[in-house]
Amino acid sequence: MFLKPAYTFVVGLIGITIWQTPVNAGEWSGYVSGEMRGFANSPADPRQDGNTLSLAAQPEYYHEWDDGRQSLTFTPFVRWDETDRKRSHADIRELTWLQVGDDWELRAGVRKVFWGVTESQHLVDIINQTDLVEALDGEEKLGQPMLNLALIRDWGTVDFFVLPGFRERTFAGKKGRLRFGKKGRLRFALPVDTGQTQYESSRKQQHVDYALRWSHYLGDWDLAVSYFNGTSRDPNFLPNVDSQGKPISLTPFYPQIEQLGLELQATLDAWLWKAEAISRSGQGNRPYTALTAGFEYTFVGIFDSQADLGVVSEILYDDRGKNALTPFADDILLAARFTLNDAQSSEALLGVIFDSDDSTRVVTLESSRRLGENWKLSIEAQSFLNVASNDFLYGLRRDNYVQLELARYF
Amino acid sequence: MFMSDILTINIKQLNRTGLLLSLSLLLPIGAYAETAEQKGLAIAQEIERRDTGWGDQTASLRMVLRNRHGQESTRRIRSKTLEVIGDGDKAISIFDSPRDIKGTAFLSYTHALKPDDQWLYLPALKRIKRISSNNKSGPFMGSEFSYEDLSSQEVEKYTYKYLRDETINGRDNFVVERKPQYKHSGYTRLISWVDKEMYQPVKIEFYDRKKTLLKTLQINEHKQYEGKYWRPSHMRMDNHLTKKSTDLYWENYRFNTGLSARNFDRNSLKRTR
Repeated sequence: MFLKPAYTFVVGLIGITIWQTPVNAGEWSGYVSGEMRGFANSPADPRQDGNTLSLAAQPEYYHEWDDGRQSLTFTPFVRWDETDRKRSHADIRELTWLQVGDDWELRAGVRKVFWGVTESQHLVDIINQTDLVEALDGEEKLGQPMLNLALIRDWGTVDFFVLPGFRERTFAGKKGRLRFGKKGRLRFALPVDTGQTQYESSRKQQHVDYALRWSHYLGDWDLAVSYFNGTSRDPNFLPNVDSQGKPISLTPFYPQIEQLGLELQATLDAWLWKAEAISRSGQGNRPYTALTAGFEYTFVGIFDSQADLGVVSEILYDDRGKNALTPFADDILLAARFTLNDAQSSEALLGVIFDSDDSTRVVTLESSRRLGENWKLSIEAQSFLNVASNDFLYGLRRDNYVQLELARYF
Repeated sequence: MFMSDILTINIKQLNRTGLLLSLSLLLPIGAYAETAEQKGLAIAQEIERRDTGWGDQTASLRMVLRNRHGQESTRRIRSKTLEVIGDGDKAISIFDSPRDIKGTAFLSYTHALKPDDQWLYLPALKRIKRISSNNKSGPFMGSEFSYEDLSSQEVEKYTYKYLRDETINGRDNFVVERKPQYKHSGYTRLISWVDKEMYQPVKIEFYDRKKTLLKTLQINEHKQYEGKYWRPSHMRMDNHLTKKSTDLYWENYRFNTGLSARNFDRNSLKRTR
């Protein structure tokens, strides 16, 4: 069902591991979690369900040998969702063999790679596909098969990526909530029909993508430049209509793109100045540019306590404006991050994204606290306020939710 | 870069020979010529001189946090340190427990007076984050130790003043006052009891910005490694304000294990375990 093109890789990798015959056993860690999600309103689409219960597990196996110069990591993930069949899914988050040399590192297998510096969105981050049914913020990713060589030099690190096997984005199913998008004048909370996915490349999921990134730090500055050539991780949508011409679902279409990315961070005392920019061609009829830029300022030890308060503000810009395939074409993020610095690692982030072109506001609360030694409680809430009828997020207008997650780590 | 390394080493060696020379000259007539400030500085320089040359160090530590009701919470951390001649050391801390932060790693390039360079690796997101180092006074992992308590102690970080000699448990100590010269310290001064034989602090009192006694650190059970370097097996920090305490139990000290700068670069954060 998933990872078809990755199987060759995976089987090869297991072969390597067995051939290496590790002598001492590796170690297991990971978590299991239960999640409840409650919605304030009845759904926008009558086919959608209400409150939902869900369970997930992510064990991780790690083994190293050759004096730590080689290692194997295996991280499967599985989720079961009470109502949405599409949210019940499994994935290999990681199955990687790593070899470390004096000034190089070689990784083969399925992996997750993060690029970027900003908080509100991750424009530059393109290696992995988004596991959208896991989280709306796009921070949960599907494992990507790859061969990655990193060369570590005095003038920075260069990473080469060969990426065989494309992963399709996951979408909530017919019964699932939190569906959104837009096609032309059409805003929808329509389900995405991944059974009909289309590709620009005739090789479809077999198309081999590649990427390159240089990253370095100079004093207070961290910077990176990246290039990607291959199948876009962001699909366009084609509406499917019923016999009366009424749209009932959407077909994702993945074009071939080229993307140039830039990441920059200056760490100056309590200030973090951040910027990410991309220029992409092949998606839509003209190349486009998008930018996230802003700052984070931290007040240490507020009110004579041990707590820190971070203030974050970022602008989110996309030069396609209202035609952008993202809800954040001309927006501003304002956020406050509280870190209690206590034994339970309690923290909370409250953020609002303001759309500069209409009345839409997205309010997000994320907080977590450790319970005892091995449990963690997380509360997440999102509210979509005054969603304009022409806004990308119109499909979410009735999806204000609160989510409670309890995880046991081992 | 290579040239400048050689230069700094030479300067540092000169310093050391200079220090030795001045110490040997001063000893017979020290009482007349040396001010309390000079004597305090000389003690700090001797502490550093005796603790130079270990190259790199690895250790594992157990941190036991205790609140005022006696409830305990444990963290397990492994640390690797690279001695840097002419600058502050490079260090990586890897967290093994609590389990929800397992694999989180903290990399710092410490400096004497300019701010440290710090990166945090978040394994769930596979994200390396450059972080601000103005949190020096903030608690490390929710403990009673702050970042500045655990960072590399360069001579240039403080001004010194020798106060007196004092005997604790039958052992002779210098008592030295230090005042932080770097930005964002949570302290106005520190009083250290330095064992005359080991040239290692055995007790430190920390005075906060209001000049009141905030914390006391007891440094216990020193053992000598490589026939030269003294390291404690147990440290206990008591916070007099909150009545909370933290014990640090150090184990498996190893020196000159062959680590290089490559083990302390940003790439190493992603694969460190």
